Amino acid sequence: MVEDRPLLNLLAHLVLIVGVAVVAMPLWIAFVASTHGPNDFMSGVVPILPGPHLVENYSRMFSTGVSTSGMPPVGRMLLNSAIMALSISIGKIAISILSAFAIVYFRFPLRMLAFWVIFATLMLPVEVRIVPTYKVVADLGLLNTYAGLSIPLIASATATFLFRQLFLTMPDELTEAARIDGAGPMKFFRDILLPLSRTNIAALFVIMFIYGWNQYLWPLLVTTSSDKYTIVAGIKRMADVADAQPQWHLVMATAILAVLPPLLVVVLMQRLFVKGLVETEK
Amino acid sequence: MKRALFGNRLLPWLLLAPQLAVTAIFFLWPAAQAIRQSFLREDAFGLSTSFVGLANYAALWGSAEYLNAVRVTAIFAVATTLLSLGVALVLALAVDRLVRAGKVYTTLLVWPYAVAPAVAGILWWFIFNPTVGLLPYVLDRVGYDWNHLMRPRDAMILVVLASAWSRISYCFLFFVAGLQSIPQSLHEAAAIDGAGPVKRFFTITLPLLSPTTFFLLVVNIVYAMFETFGVIDATTEGGPAQSTNIMVYKVWFDGFIGQNLGSSAAQSVILMLIVIALTVIQFRWIEKRVAY
Amino acid sequence: MARITLNGVGKVYPGGTRAVGGVDLDVADGEFVVLVGPSGCGKSTLLRMIAGLETITEGTVSIGDRVVNDIEPAGRDIAMVFQNYALYPHMSVRQNLAYGLKNRRTPAAEIARRVDEAARMLELAPYLDRKPRQLSGGQRQRVAMGRAIVREPAAFLFDEPLSNLDAKLRGVMRWEIKTLQRRLATTAIYVTHDQVEAMTLGDRLVVLNGGRVEQIGTPLEVYRRPASVFVAGFIGSTPMNLVRSDVLPGLARPGTTVGIRPEDLVPSPDGALSMQVSGIEELGVSRLVHGVIGGERVSVVVPPDFQPSEPLRLSVRPGAMHLFDAATGLRREGS
Repeated sequence: MVEDRPLLNLLAHLVLIVGVAVVAMPLWIAFVASTHGPNDFMSGVVPILPGPHLVENYSRMFSTGVSTSGMPPVGRMLLNSAIMALSISIGKIAISILSAFAIVYFRFPLRMLAFWVIFATLMLPVEVRIVPTYKVVADLGLLNTYAGLSIPLIASATATFLFRQLFLTMPDELTEAARIDGAGPMKFFRDILLPLSRTNIAALFVIMFIYGWNQYLWPLLVTTSSDKYTIVAGIKRMADVADAQPQWHLVMATAILAVLPPLLVVVLMQRLFVKGLVETEK
Repeated sequence: MKRALFGNRLLPWLLLAPQLAVTAIFFLWPAAQAIRQSFLREDAFGLSTSFVGLANYAALWGSAEYLNAVRVTAIFAVATTLLSLGVALVLALAVDRLVRAGKVYTTLLVWPYAVAPAVAGILWWFIFNPTVGLLPYVLDRVGYDWNHLMRPRDAMILVVLASAWSRISYCFLFFVAGLQSIPQSLHEAAAIDGAGPVKRFFTITLPLLSPTTFFLLVVNIVYAMFETFGVIDATTEGGPAQSTNIMVYKVWFDGFIGQNLGSSAAQSVILMLIVIALTVIQFRWIEKRVAY
Repeated sequence: MARITLNGVGKVYPGGTRAVGGVDLDVADGEFVVLVGPSGCGKSTLLRMIAGLETITEGTVSIGDRVVNDIEPAGRDIAMVFQNYALYPHMSVRQNLAYGLKNRRTPAAEIARRVDEAARMLELAPYLDRKPRQLSGGQRQRVAMGRAIVREPAAFLFDEPLSNLDAKLRGVMRWEIKTLQRRLATTAIYVTHDQVEAMTLGDRLVVLNGGRVEQIGTPLEVYRRPASVFVAGFIGSTPMNLVRSDVLPGLARPGTTVGIRPEDLVPSPDGALSMQVSGIEELGVSRLVHGVIGGERVSVVVPPDFQPSEPLRLSVRPGAMHLFDAATGLRREGS
């Protein structure tokens, strides 16, 4: 800020307060709804303050779930989401860091071809090859498995490029010193490169965890048995009851639970999250 | 370019193997299948397939439904992009002005990123629900009868709002980073040259922010076109009367629900070309940014 | 400890660019040899070929009795100190020192003994548990030295290890490196572009230019009898004056370049040379007078209070003239 203009500062505060309110409003309403009973919505006046049924609604979601729509208890779905998100994020990081290591630290025939093959994944989001990819997973017998949920999503050009960029900035002398110190390629990778990539791995993990947790279309397709439902894909099935109003208080409780894990990750690891976000896009 | 290299020949391939395997099995092979399938047509019982050349594409060209999807996608993508960019820019400018308090606001503004597009859809679906939602209740007071189940325009507004909302934090963070990378000395020099805050915004901030803006424009169009499947599916499911049936949703619907594999594959190929074009634009831009 | 022998060593890059050619060098056991030359002269490439970090495309390098051309750096029994130190940033000083020994499966007790000894020698003991970023430039330099010492290698290779330090610290560290090498009596090859460093450190200098050896000799030999115009101009804190022979009265030898060090030109009222003075540089301990004799630029070192007359008459110290072939740049014998 160059000069002190109290009026402009006031305006900035005002804009931000309105912004925060708009941004927060949907989640607040969801939270409020999740603390009311089923009949509080029919009265015509929508509540804007929390009601008394918080414990009741959430414990019901955890114990029985909404059996009418064939949903498992929410704990099961949270577990499935966690397994999927962790497999995707860890898998992406693992295969990407190895590929980047190969591409940066070795010279071998067809190296550029490998690079472009990885690059190609950037241009093929799951949404545009959905039917044939589904068929591959079905043919491999991976429907309704955690492997089917996660493995098709772990190829990552962005993560590979991020690590490539990072490795290119590592001083050559470090590699040479390690070679003189008797470290072969894998020892160098484990002892030097991996520890030095720690913060980037953590930042990437935050981004990829959210990416994995928030998957929707893919789990919707590959899971047909309710014990493999993930929570994000499950909510829709819950809200989708034919010819009746959904049980909004329970749907919203589920929504809050679906949002909570990635939300905690973003808020608690904000610095890593911002780093990861800005860097993966470079 | 690295000077320090390892000499092994086999090891790099072992290191690349997992990534290349996943890419080949789940990316390249399906993509090739989609392209092949787009030239084929199955009979009604799926018993025989025949090569039909570009007939699937030609059918799309003549299909009012598909052309409608293209139009809807364009409106949806542009509206979502502009709305999220505009709001994010205003918020970023305000945060940039308030040095210390800005950090607190940032924390309060980043978390919609954590909300899955599908969940965002559900939340807004609930807020706008004609019988139990808060906003129709408020709108009713000012004399507007909101109904996204019946009225196409309301449905479009709903999906745009939900999609833009879940994108605000992303754009916001990039704008903040972009604003912080503009040297303070430039603002000071302009102030000494007699430019007030508004003039400085248009002559200094906006031009220097243009790489960020352009980048976000491309990335958000990609987002709106491909990653909002969840928003649509969790809310309008393309309705009412096809008014929110974006291309990605139609590919899925025609492929899985309609079982029209040839048409779905042709649509996939068209979407692929669009992503490739957008990716090329984005990477061109990155090269330019280096020279900037 | 070992002698290092280079036989016709050369390096041609895949593109065809030649970096180094035909270097023959014999480094005695315990000797301190300095490779010196301007940037791009191939001195670092030569050192890196000895280390095994660059492939050798011509000739052979032997360390001890072994030809090491095809041996990995780790197998050559050498230790290297890098210009930017190349300390592992995530490891403590102790871990940095121990890493190479661990990779060689040295017993833990032996590692501890050597690390402690090196730390004592280099006064690093209080810093053993710090990370490199918590150390000053000089301390990092010492850790880099320590990492070489603990290995007890056959030879130390130094690649411009002092150029990241400020001038004062550089002088101190120079002295430390010299005494340490004397104490350990380990063969050392040291690369620098700084001729002062080269003169003060080396038992022998190898002056390189354009990938070729210009001269090999002790610092005094190189200073007193430069083998070429290039060496004459490169070695010496103020560059040697190089003029056409006909500038000097009574010495008209066609095709000859004459070299005279600025300190070998003495102001004297009846001197044979007459210089147009163009400026004076104050060096504190002396003054450097710049001017022109017979159309050639010349500098002269004079005492600090000396006020040059205009023109300044000069005579040449007896026996201080170096004669070079103007065409080849090589020293003419008999000068």
